[in-house]
Amino acid sequence: MSDTSQKPAQKMATISAPGLSMVNLLPWILSGAFLLVMPFIFTSNSAITIMNQMAITIIFALAYNMLLGQGGMLSFGHAVYMGVGGFMCMHIMNMVEVNELPLPLPVLPLFGGLFGLGLATIVGAFSTRKAGTVFAMISLGVGELIAACSIIIVVFFGGEEGISGDRTYGLPVFGVEFIRPIEVYYLIAFWLMLSALLMYLFSRTPIGRMANAVRDNPERAEFLGYSARWVRYFSFCASGFFAGVAGGLWGINYEILTEENLGLGLSGSILMITFLGGVGFFFGPILGAIVFTLLQTVLSLETELWQLYVGALFVATVMFFPGGIAGVIMMHAPSVLLGKARLLVVPYIKTLVPGVLGVLGAAGFIEIIFHRRHAAIGDEAMILFWTDINSHAIAPVAITLAVAIVGFWLARRSAPEMADAWHRSITPDGPGTGGPS
Amino acid sequence: MDFILVNIIDGLVYGLLLFMLSAGLTLIFSMMGVLNFAHASFYMLGAYFAYQISIFMGFWLGLLIAPLLVGIAGAGVERYGLRRVHQYGHVPELIFTFGLALLIEEVVQFFWGKSQMAYVEPEVLHFTLFSIGDNAIAAYKVFMIFVSMGIFLTLLYILTRTRVGMVIQAALSYPRTVEALGHNVPMVFMGVFGVGTALAGLAGVIAGPMLGTFPGMAILLGSIVFVTIVIGGLGSLWGALVASLLIGGLTTFAAASSFQFADLLLALGMERPADLSESMLADLWTLSLPQIGPILPYVLMVLVLVIRPHGLFGKRDA
Repeated sequence: MSDTSQKPAQKMATISAPGLSMVNLLPWILSGAFLLVMPFIFTSNSAITIMNQMAITIIFALAYNMLLGQGGMLSFGHAVYMGVGGFMCMHIMNMVEVNELPLPLPVLPLFGGLFGLGLATIVGAFSTRKAGTVFAMISLGVGELIAACSIIIVVFFGGEEGISGDRTYGLPVFGVEFIRPIEVYYLIAFWLMLSALLMYLFSRTPIGRMANAVRDNPERAEFLGYSARWVRYFSFCASGFFAGVAGGLWGINYEILTEENLGLGLSGSILMITFLGGVGFFFGPILGAIVFTLLQTVLSLETELWQLYVGALFVATVMFFPGGIAGVIMMHAPSVLLGKARLLVVPYIKTLVPGVLGVLGAAGFIEIIFHRRHAAIGDEAMILFWTDINSHAIAPVAITLAVAIVGFWLARRSAPEMADAWHRSITPDGPGTGGPS
Repeated sequence: MDFILVNIIDGLVYGLLLFMLSAGLTLIFSMMGVLNFAHASFYMLGAYFAYQISIFMGFWLGLLIAPLLVGIAGAGVERYGLRRVHQYGHVPELIFTFGLALLIEEVVQFFWGKSQMAYVEPEVLHFTLFSIGDNAIAAYKVFMIFVSMGIFLTLLYILTRTRVGMVIQAALSYPRTVEALGHNVPMVFMGVFGVGTALAGLAGVIAGPMLGTFPGMAILLGSIVFVTIVIGGLGSLWGALVASLLIGGLTTFAAASSFQFADLLLALGMERPADLSESMLADLWTLSLPQIGPILPYVLMVLVLVIRPHGLFGKRDA
């Protein structure tokens, strides 16, 4: 071979190499292995139910982040695409059962995705004209419109009882009939890996890159010759597709879809999940979905007020950590790379321990007040942090309040020290960088 | 004729109520570029505060004090919350107000529980003012119309005829110039936010007895208010007024009408199938206009956006 013919090949190799190197593949292999192993660690049925829920939420959150994080479009009605995909899947499931069509269950989410895509192509045609506030309002209006239709169009949405089906219809696929939750788990895990990988690859394509450019500076992107509207439209459609896939999986997992799958409630939670996890990084929504599902299941068992705490956490995240959990984690990447992470240990303990105590104290105080206001008259006994207390006595109120105040005061006092330590830990040593500037 | 008159009055009540919310929302939006998602939550706070005050001091003091409290809360939110989030851009601001809306709903449930409050109109207004045909018009409805009209005229007067209004209008278009002239623009912003939320609170105070005071009242009205200002054109006060009255009229007439879609289908020459469950159009045969009344505003919004993306009166990009 001559030199000239090798050169483009070499160039191709150097460009595509980062996409195939071990470092880039490692997270995917690890998470795939992780998904395979999880059911052997947590074997109970309830754990598998939670993991199924988590995986579906992850797909949905990643699809949502294609809009919010990568495209800069804030949607208040994204549940609609998931819901419509799911409803279509339920109808297909029932149709296949009645007509005995040879359609295996594992490909069903694909149809959900296609119908999500179909709806997104229609709605996106007028909603992606602008990003920002206008897009948000249109998405809200369209979302509410379709959610309201769910009660009216009974043929398709099934009215108030929704549409239910049976996933064990038809032929078994390689002997698997999808009766046990674990079989469904592996089906969902497969679709999770596939969609996550596709969504990641989408973000690396030119159109995915342009979505970032349009998010940051639409005017400049237009000067470069790209239509901001078309770029947004493509992201929107792709996001609708994956939301539909999530909807199809929802249908397979729960075997029922109701109007709640379309409403503002679900659209709002997916916004919370994505933002809590962090919109700036691809893995942010994954973290958000895991943390939120755990909070939802664990916290809701412990207290009636879990939504209050989650709401407060969300507002605090928006105000103080707009990068979400992923942002906070990535803030520490430089200090780890510089080998100075140990500088952070003591200041973090000094701030976070009182902070956590303060939060627990405040939560205890809130719980006592809540019990006082809403428990039946004469019911004064309550359990707080595994301790029996009398909610009408002075001591518990005083103790929790004192813990809250002292905790927050201590955390606040040592916060500057923590910030200072963080700044020092991300500053490389060397001449000229003597102290914090 | 009676039917039309009664519905015009009902539509006016609902439309003007919507206007009290959308006026504040659109003012805040045109000034700060922030769409306050929590606006309807302040409306709910107004109703709950007024209920709590009315237990101790009666309805009229509630009417005075509750909007003030809501306004103070709103100003506090602007000063300590929004101003902080402002640095991250408009989308995080919107997300912040969305989170705030969730939080306010939870806080309301924390203090007052999930059930509806026994917040009623005062005894003085509890009578039938006049009747049209067989339809009694409650004095409270007329009172609501007068309060909202009064608020609208006051707002119009302040914005167009007073010095404060001039500063506000100037700060809308040229905040930097106004700042250079020695006005405290952040203070103006905080004031506008406070007044806007206080208006929402006032709407809550007078709507609470009629529409019910319960934790879902914010969501119920909230999305309609957004639809209103999108239809009217973001940032346009007149647009907000026209769109509010339009939606008020539309939903009331739809709710009161007896139109059946089956009649339309019959008129088109279609035959009613004997077994509805087999037909794809089963829903259309059983549907009536009051049933689809709640979705009409959204349909209208989609239509307006497709035909006239700026909204009816909007000047800026909508």
